[in-house]
Amino acid sequence: MAELLYQRDVYGKTLIELGKENKDIVVMDADLSSSTRTGLFARQFPERFFNMGVAEQNMMAAAAGLASCGKTVFVSTFAVFATGRAWDQVRTSIVCNNFNIKIVATHAGITVGPDGSSHQAIEDITLMRILPNMNIIVPCDGPQTRDAIFAASKTKGPFYVRLGRVKVPTIENKGEFKLGLAQVLKEGKDVAIITCGSMVTDALTAAENLLKKGIKARVINMHTIRPLDTRVILDCAVSTKGIVVCEEHTVIGGLASAVNEVVSENKPTKVLRLGIKNRFGQSGEPADLLKEYNLTSNDIEKAASLIVS
Amino acid sequence: MKIDYSDKQIKELEDKAKKIRRLIILMLAKACSGHPGGSLSSADLITALFFNVLRHNPKDPSWPDRDRFHMSKGHCCPLWYAVLSELGYFPQEKIFTLRQMGSMLQGHPDRRTPGVEVASGSLGQGLSVCLGMSLASRIDKRDYRVYCLMGDGETQEGNIWEAAMAISHYKCDNICAILDYNGYQIDGKTSEVMNLEPVVGKWQAFGWHTIEINGHNMKEILQAYQEAESTKAKPSIIIAHTIKGKGVSFMENVVDFHGRAPTQEEAEIALKELE
Repeated sequence: MAELLYQRDVYGKTLIELGKENKDIVVMDADLSSSTRTGLFARQFPERFFNMGVAEQNMMAAAAGLASCGKTVFVSTFAVFATGRAWDQVRTSIVCNNFNIKIVATHAGITVGPDGSSHQAIEDITLMRILPNMNIIVPCDGPQTRDAIFAASKTKGPFYVRLGRVKVPTIENKGEFKLGLAQVLKEGKDVAIITCGSMVTDALTAAENLLKKGIKARVINMHTIRPLDTRVILDCAVSTKGIVVCEEHTVIGGLASAVNEVVSENKPTKVLRLGIKNRFGQSGEPADLLKEYNLTSNDIEKAASLIVS
Repeated sequence: MKIDYSDKQIKELEDKAKKIRRLIILMLAKACSGHPGGSLSSADLITALFFNVLRHNPKDPSWPDRDRFHMSKGHCCPLWYAVLSELGYFPQEKIFTLRQMGSMLQGHPDRRTPGVEVASGSLGQGLSVCLGMSLASRIDKRDYRVYCLMGDGETQEGNIWEAAMAISHYKCDNICAILDYNGYQIDGKTSEVMNLEPVVGKWQAFGWHTIEINGHNMKEILQAYQEAESTKAKPSIIIAHTIKGKGVSFMENVVDFHGRAPTQEEAEIALKELE
């Protein structure tokens, strides 16, 4: 049984590691430091942690001021507020200046669960992807969260790192994490499944079930949405019968759109999108919600079968 | 403690402000677009700041101990550019490239301009930016001061009040906000579009030390900066009563000149008035 970890636990611990080695790391939160786990950093380095209260716009623009003075600023809150509530501050004060600000948002997607649609960010990747030079990472598990935070810290410019609320199983043998280079977790020539974040585990399960039916599915962990690994996507388009994209996010503007943009311009192929389609989320247990929004391994399996049939 | 400034000092600053106003008119007339009204109303405040108060080095814009200035009301950047060029941050002839494609002088502030620390233009964010700069000084144990120019209409943005609350909470006494209270915004008088009063009471309620002055009186301006600097444990805001379009008779209190550049003919008349 794979180890289950909260990505945000890993995030908080990683911040402490970074804080020890780099005095210019500063962390901000908007009254959610216990949920996002930035509170771990706050206890260790109180002089470099600033709670901004329930005021995300102020937090983002203040991060810009800190960054203009040479700080690398990690800014955290829930994904829905980090991207939607303070979008203009992220655009004008952070990204326009290409500052070293790393927005690490937790509670992304519908697996937020019972809190319901107001707290379920399903459009955050889109909101960040439309900004020039914004780097985006959606780590798939605990260990990859640490890799993502380190990569963001050591790479110049603005980052958006998307984390979930619930525990996720650790995926073994992924290989080394490299920013902008997708991980091919399973080889296969019949169909490609491109996914990210918490859906990676489901994609692997689907691939195993497909294999029982004699269908060889390639599984891609597209942990970096920007810069996008177009080479891996094009290889899927060239050497398989089609692509299934699966994301806990709206199908508009996120990973599915990114994949479509690449294949439609270079090597048109069939792309089936599994994601949230013209709906908001709602209250419910994560597993039930994933079922309701057709985001299970079973749904991936069905879509992949459609492509090869 | 009020420092007395010599008549000569005051006269020099007044002359400098006049020159800055001329540069504003010249560059806007050449650009054929831009915002004269608010640039002129805050010209005395910013001239006094850059030529008498601010610790900075035009030859080394990234000197770590420099005082920070941020123009939250970014549309008044012609004023900023005039001042920066006069101080030698970049060659003065560059002002005639304002708003042209490829220019280092964008229509709203951008970091490609030497001396500009953070982009602005979308209103209401600058005070938060200054909060960040102040927190950085605390971490780095540097004693620089942070100045933020805000428009009056701009304070209708909610973000301003988030920043006002946080700056007071963190007792950032090295922050001095400057409110250019000229009473006009694009759609008309602030009192009619969205009333700001009671301005002094609002800032005091948020925990700020308020200094109310005539924003065109050099002596009052200099004394206000001095009072702000000597105020400890809380941030200061200079609420400067000003006249939109100040210095050019036909622009004064004329809403149209919030965001319209003078024509060649208008510019010539304006420059004569500013001689």
